[in-house]
Amino acid sequence: MPAAASESLVSLRGIFKHFGEGETRIDALKDISLNVSPGEVVALLGPSGSGKTTLLNVIACILDPSQGRMSLEGELVFDSKWLRQDLRRLRLDKIGFIFQFHNLLPFLNATDNVAIVLQLAGYEPAAARERAIELLEYLEVGNRKNAFPAKLSGGEAQRVAIARALANRPRIILADEPTAALDSKRAQIVMDLLRKLAADQSAAVIAVTHDEKIFDRFDRIFMLRDGRLEDERRAVAA
Amino acid sequence: MNLAYRDVRHNLFRFLLTCLGLSLLLSVVLAMIGIYRGIVVDALTIARNHGVDLWVVEAGSRGPFAEASRIPGDSREAIARLAGVATAGSVTYQTVEAEHSARKLRLYVVGFEPGRLGGPEHIVAGRTIAQSHFEMIADRSTGLTLDTRIRLGRTVFSVVGLTENQVASGGDPVVFISLLDAQKLQFDLAPPAARVQLARGTSGASRDTVNAVVARLAPGTNPEMVVEAARRWKHLSAMTQIEQESILTQSLVDRARRQIGMFTTILLLVSAVIIALIIYTMTMEKLRHIAMLKLIGAPDRTIVAMIVQQALALGLTGFFFGAVLVANIKAYFPRRVVLDPDNVLALGGVVFLVCLLASGLGVRAALKADPATALGG
Repeated sequence: MPAAASESLVSLRGIFKHFGEGETRIDALKDISLNVSPGEVVALLGPSGSGKTTLLNVIACILDPSQGRMSLEGELVFDSKWLRQDLRRLRLDKIGFIFQFHNLLPFLNATDNVAIVLQLAGYEPAAARERAIELLEYLEVGNRKNAFPAKLSGGEAQRVAIARALANRPRIILADEPTAALDSKRAQIVMDLLRKLAADQSAAVIAVTHDEKIFDRFDRIFMLRDGRLEDERRAVAA
Repeated sequence: MNLAYRDVRHNLFRFLLTCLGLSLLLSVVLAMIGIYRGIVVDALTIARNHGVDLWVVEAGSRGPFAEASRIPGDSREAIARLAGVATAGSVTYQTVEAEHSARKLRLYVVGFEPGRLGGPEHIVAGRTIAQSHFEMIADRSTGLTLDTRIRLGRTVFSVVGLTENQVASGGDPVVFISLLDAQKLQFDLAPPAARVQLARGTSGASRDTVNAVVARLAPGTNPEMVVEAARRWKHLSAMTQIEQESILTQSLVDRARRQIGMFTTILLLVSAVIIALIIYTMTMEKLRHIAMLKLIGAPDRTIVAMIVQQALALGLTGFFFGAVLVANIKAYFPRRVVLDPDNVLALGGVVFLVCLLASGLGVRAALKADPATALGG
């Protein structure tokens, strides 16, 4: 059951997003309302062009909604307009990102790829590296801490990317096809890891995915159709 | 964490290769500046070599370098008697081609009176001319060595002394011979022509003419007053050393100087465009990473610093290698290449500014990068 808005880490109310005007207008999101509570792992499904990525971009504060209200960790950040100017800082403090193709910086080793987020947040270099190594060990890739991304396997790279997403202890984790580049065994391991993190850190995980093999790892699955959000039961009924 | 340094270190070979390309380009710019300066220095070498204050030439002429000038050989005695003149000497200048070791040598021959003004100020090997005839002081760049014998006209000379860096404005190496030999070389007719002249009953004009008289003034003498005094002789004209240098740089080598200057400017513009393109391409290759950095919260200053630092590192490393390269190969250029520290530093400053401006294109592209592209949108 969806939690009340006041307890939610992510709360969307009546979010609309359209591109263009007049005959070229495209309504990408229509009246989206969504609450994600601490510890919840939620999937966004939908065919291509249904608005999944647009919704993820809105929650990531990199795309302006046309209308609606959005709160992150209880802070109202959008109400017909952004209520904060420093959206990059907001992302740095509140949101962790996991990508389909890990997106690690190729010129930094595993430790520095994690430490950079901490340094951007104001950590001293030594403290940042220490915390980065802790995280890599927690995710069982501590033995690869000095390896550059090109030398990591797909699973190892994705773990480093997860470590980076968690480095700043965000309570909202947005994942874009986090298991698409992994085989089914590693995909299950990554999803178990995300579930564990959500539980341990009371974080909310919102993932866009097409991977049916991992559907059973989500607490709720939402289907997006033509910019409208349907809950799990409706999606299954459809 | 310095992202620019980490990126360079990770792609060190590629960075060095790019620097090498840039250094070759900048070495050409630097060499052109050196050639430009070399032309000016070469033009002034002979005029400055004598260490004189006054040049007396034919009336109405701006000789002896920019225009032809012939004055009577006894002018020197008259000039030497002017108030304020400490010492004077007669000189002749001519270009000759000689053969040595089965190759043609183009020489700029200076005739002077041994013991008087007009000869080389500094001899690096051997001695000065001690006899009135058949001795020569040659610049090392001629390839001649001490005791070498070489024919000029109908006379064979023996090299008794060597100088360094003595060239004419055209780059030809300078040799010094006695005034008497120089006059013979310049004005004597070949035997058949002399016989024709004798048959006509004209034995030919006196060959006791010189191209100029140079004079050094006594300390405290106003050069302008001596110039005015010399001009009172209607057949003579006079100019100060400063005026002579001005004629040499603004008249004699002006076109060559401007030509090189123009080419150097074009090269500098081409370098600027190439630097801008390299930096822009480097940035475009990193656009997805930049988008990712923006997505995870990196401020603009972090991204701008990465691009600007890499641009400066690229430009200044390329410039350093370019300067080292030119400094090591400048001796092999056929003409003098002069690298003044001021010019080198000025080009370094220009490269710094060009890199800053060039990184502007990359910075603009980076700042426009949409963080959504990192998220797959």
